Amino acid sequence: MTDNDNPLTVSKDLSQDRQKRMIADHFDRLEAASENGAPCVYTFVPGNLTELLLSFDALPVLPEINALQSGMRGKSKEYISLAEKEGHSEDVCTYVKCDIGMKRSGNIGPTGQKLPDPGLLLLSYTGCFTFLKWFELLREEYDCPTTMLHVPYQPDGTITDSMRKYVVDQLRNKVIPALEKLTGRAYDEERLSELLARSARAEEDLVAVLESAKHTPSPIDAYFGGVYYVGPIFTSFRGTEDAVDYYRELRAEVEERVRLGKGPIIPEGELDEEKYRVVVEGPPNWTHFREFWKMFTDEGAVVVASTYTKVGGVYDNGFRHDPSRPLESLAEYCLGCYTNLGLPSRVDMLSRYVQDYNADGFLINSVKSCNSFSSGQLLMLREVEQRTGRPGGFIESDLVDPRYFSAANIKNRLESYFQMLDQKRKGGGR
Amino acid sequence: MRYSVGIDLGSTTTKAVILDEEGRVRGRGITNSRSNYDVACEVALTEAQIAVRFSVVEAALARRGVAAERQAAQVEALQRAFREQQYRGELVVLKDVIGGLLESLHADTEQTRAVLGILDTMDTETRELYGPKSTRKSDFFRDIAGSRYLTLAEACSRDGGPPFEALAGLFDKAILDVENTPSAEGGFETFALDAAHHMDEPIPELEDAVNEALATPLEQISSVGTGYGRARLPFDEGHIRSEILCHGLGAHAMFPGTRTVLDIGGQDTKAIQVDGEGIVTSFQMNDRCAAGCGRYLGYIADEMNLGLHELGPLAQQSHRPARINSTCTVFAGAELRDRLSLGEKREDILAGLHRAIILRAMSLLARSGGVSDEFTFTGGVARNPAAVDALAGLVKDNYGDVTLNISPDSIYTGALGAALYAWRGAALAVA
Repeated sequence: MTDNDNPLTVSKDLSQDRQKRMIADHFDRLEAASENGAPCVYTFVPGNLTELLLSFDALPVLPEINALQSGMRGKSKEYISLAEKEGHSEDVCTYVKCDIGMKRSGNIGPTGQKLPDPGLLLLSYTGCFTFLKWFELLREEYDCPTTMLHVPYQPDGTITDSMRKYVVDQLRNKVIPALEKLTGRAYDEERLSELLARSARAEEDLVAVLESAKHTPSPIDAYFGGVYYVGPIFTSFRGTEDAVDYYRELRAEVEERVRLGKGPIIPEGELDEEKYRVVVEGPPNWTHFREFWKMFTDEGAVVVASTYTKVGGVYDNGFRHDPSRPLESLAEYCLGCYTNLGLPSRVDMLSRYVQDYNADGFLINSVKSCNSFSSGQLLMLREVEQRTGRPGGFIESDLVDPRYFSAANIKNRLESYFQMLDQKRKGGGR
Repeated sequence: MRYSVGIDLGSTTTKAVILDEEGRVRGRGITNSRSNYDVACEVALTEAQIAVRFSVVEAALARRGVAAERQAAQVEALQRAFREQQYRGELVVLKDVIGGLLESLHADTEQTRAVLGILDTMDTETRELYGPKSTRKSDFFRDIAGSRYLTLAEACSRDGGPPFEALAGLFDKAILDVENTPSAEGGFETFALDAAHHMDEPIPELEDAVNEALATPLEQISSVGTGYGRARLPFDEGHIRSEILCHGLGAHAMFPGTRTVLDIGGQDTKAIQVDGEGIVTSFQMNDRCAAGCGRYLGYIADEMNLGLHELGPLAQQSHRPARINSTCTVFAGAELRDRLSLGEKREDILAGLHRAIILRAMSLLARSGGVSDEFTFTGGVARNPAAVDALAGLVKDNYGDVTLNISPDSIYTGALGAALYAWRGAALAVA
C-alpha cells in the first residue's frame, strides 16, 4: 500500500523498491483498463478474494485503500466535505465519505492516475454493515452488477462445517458465475490452485516477518511499519509471483536485522533504543500517520504486535491458503479475518500477543468511524489487563477525518501512558 | 533552604508547590496562566517563594516567644499589607503602560484626564481593598484591578465622560503588558519591609523576623513541570511529567488512602486509578471536546453575568433541577437562554448543568475502572459546592458508600505531585 511517501524507503531495501514497482505497475494496469476494457472488480480488504479475481484476469480495486491513501496524501478533508455537502452525515464512516468525495473529484487514485469504473462490485465480507451500504451507494453511482458473499460471524472462535459449506456454496453459485459473466472466461480451478500455492508461500514469509518482533530489540515496528509490510498481501498481490518475491526479500532483510541486533526502521532512520514494547489494537490514523508514529518513537516505543495487521487475514494462528482445497480455504480465509472474530477471540489474541511478544502493555486506538473495530474495546481493555497483568491505554482518533485527530490530546495520553509504564517498572521509585 | 519545586501549567491557572529537603510542603503559589507561559511559571514560583518566606517569618516570631495567636494575627496583617504594596506596585506599572498607550494613540485631553482620574481613584481605594475585613473575589491583579477599573469607567462615562468602550479597551490592551512584565508583581524582598512599616500595629519582633526571612537563602535543587503547557515549560525533557501521573501522586500525598481520582480542570476531565503508592494504574480522559469541563462553567458564569464562584451556591438553592443532557461548551449560552426564555429558574437550570457535567465525569470514571474507596476529587471544579453535591450523590447511587476526599488545596494537586517527583529525583541523585 505504499506510495512515494513511504518512510521505509529510506532504508533503500530491495523489498521496498519492489513494493514500489509493484504498486506503480498495478495502477498503470488500472489506468490502462479504462481504455482497454480489462475487467475491474471493486472489493474490500477483509475477506478479499484476490486469487479468485486474478484467476479470471480481473483487476481488483480497493476503495478502503484508496481512502486511506487519500488520508495520507492530505486529500481526505476535501473529499469528506464534498460527501457531506451531498448529505452524508458527520457520523457516516469517513472511509465511505472519502471514497464518495474522490469519485466526485474525478476518481483519481493515489498515484495520480485515473481509476477505472467497476464491472462488478464484489462484497465478500459482511462483518461490516457499512460495507453493504457503501456498495449500495457505489451501485447507484456506477449502475453495475453487485454480488454479495454473506460471511457468517464467528461468535465463539470456531469455523463449523456448515459455515464453511455455506460460504463455499455461495462462492460456487453466486461469485464464480458473476465473475464468469464479467470476464467471459470459465472458472479454472487449476489456475486458482496455483495462485493459492503462491499465497501460502508468501504467507509463510509474512508470518516470519511479523513474528520477528518477538526478538529484543524488535527488528520491525509491527503496526506503523507493519501496515507497509502487509500492504501487498492485503491488496491486489496475494497469489502473485511478485508477492512471493517481495515477502522472501523482506524476510531476509528482517532476519539480517535480527542478526545484527538492529531495531526497526522508522521515518527518521532507525530506532536506537527500544524503551517500551507495546501491542496495539485498532487501525491507525492515516491523516497524521507520521505525527502519530513519531509520538511513539519519541518515547522509544516499538509496537511488537498489532491486530490491525490481521484485518486482511490472520495467518499467525497457522492458517494458510490451501491449493488442495481452493474454495474451502478461501471460505476459511473470509471467515477468519480479524474483525469477523467475536470479542472473546479478540481478547485471547491480544492477551497472547502481550505475553508472547513480551510487551510492557497494550494500547487501543479507538476510531470513530469503525464500529466493527471499536465496539467493545473498553471491555477488551479491562479483560486483557486482568489476564495479562499489563496495563492498557486508550486513545481516540479516526481513520481519515483530520477533524478527529487532536494531537495535543493524543500526545498527552501517550506520554502519560508511557510514563505510567516507566513508573511501574521502577516500582513506584521515581 | 534547599528546595524542590513542582509547577503545574494549566489552561486557566499556573500553580507552584515548594517542598523542603524533608519533602514537606513549604509554600504554594498560583497565578493566572495569561498568554505567556514562561512568565506564568516565574510568577507562580515567586508566589510560592513568598509563601515560604512568610512561613519563615512565622517560625521566627515563634522562636522569639510571640504567642501563637499573636503570631498568626501579625502574619495575617503582614500578608495583607504585603498584598497591598504589591497591588500598588502593579498599579504603577498599569499607569505607565496606559500612559504609553494614551500617548501612542494621541488621546485627547478629556480621555487622558478621565483615565488618569480612574487610576488615581483606584490608588486611593487600595487601603480599603486590603483592609482587615475585606474580601476579594480573586487574588489575581487582572481580576481585582479589572473589576474596579471597569466599574469606575462605567460611572465616568455615565457622568458624561468618554464612551465606556474606549476606556475599557485601554485596560484590555494594557493588562496584557502588565501581566507579561514579571517584575510588576515583585517578590518578598520588594515589598516585605515596606509592608511591615505600613502595618497598623506591628510588634517590635516583626521587623527582625522579616529580616530573617529576607536573609534566608532559597536554593532550588530540583524541579518538575507538568500540565497542558508542559512542553513549553522552561525545563528539560527529563523534568517533565504528565499531569495524569502528577495528579495521581498528588492526590495520594494529600489522602494516602486514595484509589480513584477525578480531576475536572479548565479543559479536560481525567479519571485516574492509583495503587497504594500513588502510581497510576489506569486512566481515561475526555477526547477531542472540552464539553463538561471547567471552561463550560466559565461560559455559563459569563452568560449569567456572575462570578465563577457564585455558580455553585446559586445552584444549591434549586429544588427542582432541570434535566439537561448537553454539556457542549459551544452551545452552553444558547441552552441557557433558551431555558430562561421558557421561564425556568436560574438556580434550577444551574443545578441541572452541574449534574450534567458530573454525569459526563461519571462516564469517564466508569470507563477508567469505576470508583474505589477512597475517592479524591481535584481540580478547579472541586471547589464548586454544587458540583461536589452532584458527584457525591451519583457516586453513592452507583458505587455505594465511598469516602469522598476534597482538599481545600485541591487546585495544587498536580503541582504537589510534580514537586514530589522533583523531590524524589533530588533524593535519588544524592543517594
